[in-house]
Amino acid sequence: MTELRYLAPETLDEAVGAFAKAGSAARILAGGTDLLVQMRSGILKPGVIVDIKKIPEMTAIEQTADGGFRIGAAVSGMALAEHGKFGKAWPGVLEAVNLIGSKQVQGRASAGGNLCNGSPAGDSVPAMVAAGAVVTIQGPDGRREMKVEDVPAGPGRTNLKPGEILVSFKLPPRPAGSSDAYLRMIPRTEMDIAVVGVGVSLTLKDGTVTSARVGLGAVAPTVLLVEDAAKALIGSKLDDAALAKAASACSAACRPIDDKRGTIAYRTKVAGVLLKRTAAIAAQRATQKN
Amino acid sequence: MAKVHVTTTINGEPMEFLCEPSDTMLDALRGTLNLTGSKEGCASGDCGACSITLDDRLICSCLMLAVESEGHDIRTIEGMAQGEKLHPLQQKFLEMAALQCGICTSGMLVASDALLKKNPDPTEEEVRFWLAGNLCRCTGYDKIVRAVMETAAEMRAQ
Repeated sequence: MTELRYLAPETLDEAVGAFAKAGSAARILAGGTDLLVQMRSGILKPGVIVDIKKIPEMTAIEQTADGGFRIGAAVSGMALAEHGKFGKAWPGVLEAVNLIGSKQVQGRASAGGNLCNGSPAGDSVPAMVAAGAVVTIQGPDGRREMKVEDVPAGPGRTNLKPGEILVSFKLPPRPAGSSDAYLRMIPRTEMDIAVVGVGVSLTLKDGTVTSARVGLGAVAPTVLLVEDAAKALIGSKLDDAALAKAASACSAACRPIDDKRGTIAYRTKVAGVLLKRTAAIAAQRATQKN
Repeated sequence: MAKVHVTTTINGEPMEFLCEPSDTMLDALRGTLNLTGSKEGCASGDCGACSITLDDRLICSCLMLAVESEGHDIRTIEGMAQGEKLHPLQQKFLEMAALQCGICTSGMLVASDALLKKNPDPTEEEVRFWLAGNLCRCTGYDKIVRAVMETAAEMRAQ
């Protein structure tokens, strides 16, 4: 029987050192809402747990000099919701993060954990992809940045190298006329896993879309950036033809599984439907702000 | 296995205890500390029967390691009444029969208290969404929701 060791370093260098040294036996603890359940069920028996919440950078929410935001990987959904300005700039990212679990879970669960858990259905991920978020990662070889959409490698897997730790998300500054939204399809109203999730971020000028990004979740082994859907929206006034084209692009991008939550045909169709609805909400928010 | 020494604050009182690194906060509360008001329902964060607050934030104690409480402020159902005087929510749950078997009740009370501290005037919808992480197999929720709404109204009037 291996003994579990709990470490709570106060600096990132210490955390990376301990995490890399312990190799595959180590697990990072942020909110613990996935890790503790996996340990309890016996799926996972880590030898070392590295709790990252004593590292200030991991739990900080900062507005950067350029007007963007930097969110520590271990910031809980509730902490993000309580921030005065974040939800005004990124309502879609916030609503996605706040769809993860109950209020109790939101008190602990983080966007960093949601991403590193590698679930294709993680709610915050399509919204972060749409937002154009870039993550900072630190490992034994130093720091590097990666686009959010490049982090997941498949169900339960990421492209982080051994010993690397997700440190923070960087969200870009918002030009005037920008907003975002996230919608997911679940069979009930609360506390369920997405059958399809769509994040849309838009910038509008005089009613015309000048930039757009679309993130699509739960319909492929990883969350997808759907560039064809964004292209269909850019330059349009979100008229029916443009929305139909973008919806088709989302459906075409789907490579879903059949399971108890939804069939392949259902997920593929709903991806298009949700794109239209999500884009409408993002556009309405973007216009309201002007 | 080497036990870990933890220094924390529980219901305003400084507290020290020993635990295994893998013990959950709920294990420590119910076992070592003999605070058995928090219940274990699912042990996976779905039912809310083990709800506590950590630095005034509502969480499930089954989803937190006991060692993580080092230096933090924990509040449990045992800290809700002031001596013999029940908290208004506890009193109202009794008066309006917002409980039957009682397993979910301490979690419901801790969660409702956390809501009213954050939002003294919630709508019914807000109460229902806030309590979505607290499962009750007896009441059908309606009496609980009404008791929370009624308590909120009385607390605002005072």
